[in-house]
Amino acid sequence: MIFTVLIPLLLACFIPFISKFKHKIHTGVFVLFIPLLVFLYFIQFVGSGFEPVRHTYNWIPSLGVNFDFHLDGLSLLFALLISGIGTLVVLYSIYYLDRSEPLGHFYVYLMMFMSAMLGIVLSDNVFVLYTFWELTSISSFLLIGYWHFNERSRYGALKSMMITIFGGLSMFGGFSLLSVITGTTSIQSMIANADVILASPYMPLAMGFLLLGAFTKSAQFPFHIWLPDAMEAPTPVSAYLHSATMVKAGLYLVARFSPVFGDYEWFFIIVSMAGIVTLCWASYMAVHQTDLKAILAFSTISQLGMIMAMLGFGTKAAIFAAVFHILNHATFKGSLFMVAGTVDHETGTRDIRKLGGLLTFMPITATLALFGTFSMAGIPLPFLNGFYSKELFFESTLGLQEGMGATASFLVDIIPYLAVLGSIFTFVYSLYFLFGTFGGKTQLDKLSKKPHEAPFGMLVSPGILVLGVILIGLFPSAVNGTFIAHAAEAVYGGEVVKDVYFWHGWNAPAFQMSLVVVGLGAVLTATRTRWNGIYQVLPGRLSVNKVYDAIMARIDTYSRNITTFYMTGSLRTYMAIILSTIVVITVGFMLATGGFTIDFSNLAPVTVIELAVALVITVAAVGTIFANKNVAAVLIVGVVGYGVALLFVIYRAPDLALTQLVVETVSVALFLLCFYHLPKLKKRNESMNKKVVNAIISVGFGAMMTMIAISAHSSDWFGTISDYFIETSYSLGGGDNVVNVILVDMRGLDTLFEITVLGIAALAIYTLIKSKTRKGGK
Amino acid sequence: MEFIISILAGVLFATAIYNLLQKQFLRLVIGSVLLSHGAHLFLLTMGELKRGSPPILTEGISDYTDPLPQALILTSIVISFGITSLLLVLAYRTAEENNTDNMEQLRGNENE
Repeated sequence: MIFTVLIPLLLACFIPFISKFKHKIHTGVFVLFIPLLVFLYFIQFVGSGFEPVRHTYNWIPSLGVNFDFHLDGLSLLFALLISGIGTLVVLYSIYYLDRSEPLGHFYVYLMMFMSAMLGIVLSDNVFVLYTFWELTSISSFLLIGYWHFNERSRYGALKSMMITIFGGLSMFGGFSLLSVITGTTSIQSMIANADVILASPYMPLAMGFLLLGAFTKSAQFPFHIWLPDAMEAPTPVSAYLHSATMVKAGLYLVARFSPVFGDYEWFFIIVSMAGIVTLCWASYMAVHQTDLKAILAFSTISQLGMIMAMLGFGTKAAIFAAVFHILNHATFKGSLFMVAGTVDHETGTRDIRKLGGLLTFMPITATLALFGTFSMAGIPLPFLNGFYSKELFFESTLGLQEGMGATASFLVDIIPYLAVLGSIFTFVYSLYFLFGTFGGKTQLDKLSKKPHEAPFGMLVSPGILVLGVILIGLFPSAVNGTFIAHAAEAVYGGEVVKDVYFWHGWNAPAFQMSLVVVGLGAVLTATRTRWNGIYQVLPGRLSVNKVYDAIMARIDTYSRNITTFYMTGSLRTYMAIILSTIVVITVGFMLATGGFTIDFSNLAPVTVIELAVALVITVAAVGTIFANKNVAAVLIVGVVGYGVALLFVIYRAPDLALTQLVVETVSVALFLLCFYHLPKLKKRNESMNKKVVNAIISVGFGAMMTMIAISAHSSDWFGTISDYFIETSYSLGGGDNVVNVILVDMRGLDTLFEITVLGIAALAIYTLIKSKTRKGGK
Repeated sequence: MEFIISILAGVLFATAIYNLLQKQFLRLVIGSVLLSHGAHLFLLTMGELKRGSPPILTEGISDYTDPLPQALILTSIVISFGITSLLLVLAYRTAEENNTDNMEQLRGNENE
């Protein structure tokens, strides 16, 4: 089974070579057989006696990350949708995309997407699922930005990327939590361990993360905003990714995990409310759009909301209806997108205000659109599949009464009304789409081309899909018995055999709801222009898009502000930040852990000479701050150096004293040499504030170092190792001067690199001075 | 006495830091010199002060001062000397090239 998933990806490697022949034959012709092959592979599983199939291929066995593929009813439904509609979309794209386009790119992205999507629905391993999940985000990004010279395309691609990757990452968090809780990475084992997950305190967090991923991918409110902007993609992409497959990945995820979370009350509340709100809001917004594809985008969002709501209900009837509607929506929405693309292709515009009266020019397209829109609207006719699932939806909203908490039972009461409300608007935009495009008056002067019927090849794919709409409508029970029931059983976990009938009698409440929808919908459609003004009030200035744009802009400004706040380019600021951080952390830590100790017992006696030298050094050191003349400053620094040398003498360190004297002398000489060329030391004309801050930091640092020195001296934890050096200096090193033996014998490596340091410094100085002539100096 | 040397090291650190926080490159060099003096004294007090003869083996003496900190300081003196001279030449070249030794003016353009 792994090859089915990878075939599109592997064969995609050859597409760039094939696409070189595009001047003779359209690349899509070669690509067409790939999804067809996959489709034929999966169709063999369809049948009433279907049993789940499982295959495992090792990837990273030590981490439990393997290609575990599990084909059950739900996966099969999705795999058939992906490969079947994939075939039709490739066929459609052959006629839709011109040979002058970069077709190689297009089909590589498309096949990459197909592999990823098949991977999502077949993976049993959560981390493999996540990998494929992100691959769909990436390939969707590439496909939306296919016409990358178009600014709107780039904006749409980026937006969808940001939102879906945001969701994908949070889903990854959810997966990680789940696999930690259960100790397995397999979804089937997680379902088997559902009671362990439900008992875990991290369960709400895991569920929230997971649902965030599902909601962003499936464009649920308020994450739906990326989908309308993704309509900048070529129409075959919109038909494939943004109606039939990718946006259903979130639904797949929720369906897949509903056996785990289904018994949790908040799962019902969150998922069904998100779905219902999305259904109502998006169907309401769809009526307001002027672009054909935007209408379809909002329609997709609302239909996804409807399916999401049913998955949230979690009852047997609702799950069955949800799975059924996944299939139905894929068929009619795919055909409608292709119709919109055909109209765009033959008239040169998708603006519904410029279109109208195309029925006479494009009768076949119009007929296809008629079936698609009527099915979408749920008009009660026995050959439209949309009606069945819509009625099942109404039925499922009514059967939710069992054992709910207070919040949930309140929702149960209002859900049917909201469902009807959303469906009324669905009816309105469906008819608006149909009559706005094909009915009404012709406006030939506004069209850039004279419209005519599309070529036959362009009509085949939507034709097949509409045929599917009608066939499912005519024989719903046959379709359900073979594989919808298996899919629903995989989600529900029990027997779900359900026959669907068209006629339930006048008294069936669902049918009455359908009648209300049709009646009120017809009235609203007829009076659409009268109440159109309401959109100035309700979405009005409120828009989720603006929130998104504002967030993105704020992130930019705030991060820039933060960076410019501390990245001033001034050395002093950095020093101040670094030093005060050191002081705060060190002193804080010392005080918190009681690290500061003082012990007067083991001290050397104080003598007058030492005190005098220390005093001189102190005065000289402080003097450097106040010295305003170069020479004075150098001499004062020299005093400090010689003072330190004197201390070395007092403290019995002859080698140190010697070195210090020499180094100090050379340093002073160097200072003088350089100071001769340097600008004069200036009076510090800094503000008082800065001086005070500087003083606080430096005194703090000095005090901290004193604290450390005293504490270190006062807490004598272990003895010195110097006895060893003194004892073995002569016997091992052959020298009397212990310091020198340490330097060249015991710790000779230090000395080697100290020599290297001097050498490098000398070379650097030489280079610095030499580089002057090359650059021409000043 | 150790405490007094500790305080002296602290004073050296404080004045060094104050110099390091100034604008002029020269003061930065002076600051780094003072900083290394402070560090050397700091190291010296880590060993014990004045507990015997200089660490040169002599007949009849068994009590020496700790030779290890002295070796460390010796290494450190040489290294800091290398750094100081490099910094000095750098200051000299910087002032020559840019006609200023003010660190604030050496920041370069905004938005860089």
